Amino acid sequence: MKTIRLSIIGFGAVGQGVAKVILDKQVYLEKIGIDFKVVAIADSRTAVIDEDGVDLAAVISRKKTEGTVGSEKLTGLEIIETIDHELVVETTPTNIVTGGAGLGNMFMAFKHGRDLVTSNKGPLAMKYGELIAAAEASGSKFLFEATVGGAMPVLNLARDVLAGNKITNVEGIFNGTCNYILTRMMEEHAPYEQMLAEAQELGYAETDPTYDVEGIDTACKLVILANCVFGMNATHEDVTVTGITKITPEALMLAQNDGYVIKLIGEVNDSRINVAPKLVPIDHPLAVGGSLNVASMQTDLSGPITVTGRGAGSIETASAILSDMISIYRD
Amino acid sequence: MRVSMDIELKDIPGQLLLALRPVSEFKGNLISVVHHHEKRTPRGTIPVNVVFETKPDNLNSIISSLEDSDIGIARIDEKRYFEHGAVILIGHIVHTDIQDTIDTIDNTGYAEVVDLNLSMPKIKKPSSASLKIDAVSKEHLASAIELLKEIAKKKDLLVIEPIKSELGAV
Ligand SMILES: NC(=O)c1ccc[n+]([C@@H]2O[C@H](COP(=O)([O-])OP(=O)(O)OC[C@H]3O[C@@H](n4cnc5c(N)ncnc54)[C@H](OP(=O)(O)O)[C@@H]3O)[C@@H](O)[C@H]2O)c1
Repeated sequence: MKTIRLSIIGFGAVGQGVAKVILDKQVYLEKIGIDFKVVAIADSRTAVIDEDGVDLAAVISRKKTEGTVGSEKLTGLEIIETIDHELVVETTPTNIVTGGAGLGNMFMAFKHGRDLVTSNKGPLAMKYGELIAAAEASGSKFLFEATVGGAMPVLNLARDVLAGNKITNVEGIFNGTCNYILTRMMEEHAPYEQMLAEAQELGYAETDPTYDVEGIDTACKLVILANCVFGMNATHEDVTVTGITKITPEALMLAQNDGYVIKLIGEVNDSRINVAPKLVPIDHPLAVGGSLNVASMQTDLSGPITVTGRGAGSIETASAILSDMISIYRD
Repeated sequence: MRVSMDIELKDIPGQLLLALRPVSEFKGNLISVVHHHEKRTPRGTIPVNVVFETKPDNLNSIISSLEDSDIGIARIDEKRYFEHGAVILIGHIVHTDIQDTIDTIDNTGYAEVVDLNLSMPKIKKPSSASLKIDAVSKEHLASAIELLKEIAKKKDLLVIEPIKSELGAV
């Protein structure tokens, strides 16, 4: 049995999801010979630290009732700097203007040679090249499957499973909120504002939906894809972006009469990174409904490969993080 | 554009080569040649069907070059519009002169707006339209849509185009 000591920095939906899947998958993890021992957890105000392994179930329940993970006053950054451990799971909020706490956390982890797995897009969409270089310089493993499609495998699919193929184009739906709103507008012949309100009510959209509906979230995911799969050195400023706020129910109807649905499509190839509403033939693999995500990769050897799945959600996103964690430490 | 041409060749060596030379000379792309040896015409010539792709501008030069070589052309069938595409426009479509938008596409000579459906919900609210565009080739369809996007940008209209794999440009 190999013991991997880890910290979880950020204990919201995704951080708690990671704690839950580690608990749920104990038997499986034992079978493959990995013991993930969480030695520290931090949220924005508090921390809990235990060299012998934090009681995950107790912390999840404390977070729910008291709103904090513990009584220690150490910050996430201080944990990464001072506590001895191998792996940092970084799940603090995405900030694409400053990089947020995540940016400093990541550099600190690499400075101390720690491996890092994250779902936080901000730092990667801003400073991809620098982060990769820092990780390489210290020999840290750095994986971030969860940043692009939640549970839907994209980066690892391109890198591992499709190894040997040249990927020439990626097109897909990378934002479940937009997909939900457009799908519902078409079903109900209802205006954008009404279906946005419904999405907010059901928790599919944030109170401030700008980041999703203006296509910024999709743009950040494309930047990570472009850098990771196409070897570019792009930032989110290199993406041309049009969101979904101007789409009318009439446009959706006219499209439907011609055999199309309208989806917010992200596209990456050698010549451009683009987010815009596009016409997708109703019977095309990209025409998935509800809040699903989907990605279609054009490859030179295998032709088109399409994957679809849940782009967000606590456990779904945690599953992508767990898969990255396992792939680092499995022999 | 794709051209299907029935020509008549004299039954002497070298005639086919003579007939095909203008196509390559004017950068045409030969697609098929069918020799109807068995169907000799009353004039003693052999009918041959040639299909090729060429730029519309070069067709006349190809024809006159064939005529110069004394090769009879029995029939020319140009199928101009091979590709069909759809786009959606959203915005103040009528106020920004829809006719002008359509004319710009039609005036390219390689693409044409063949159908327009307009939906105007309320005065002063943005309207939506679906446009069907026919074009000579996939590349021309893509450039017609690019052109439409340029016009739309000036007129503050949103263009929703088909996904890339649908446009066949991958
Ligand atoms: N939710 C999804 O489905 C999903 C999917 C893909 C990717 N992501 C990404 O995953 C990350 C986490 O998302 P989430 O939904 O879990 O967000 P969330 O529910 O808002 O949780 C964020 C957590 O980070 C903590 N935090 C904030 N600032 C911190 C700091 N400086 N140091 C340590 N902890 C800090 C917060 O503390 P408090 O609890 O004290 O506020 C909270 O526990 C984001 O970057 C997001 O974009 C999420």
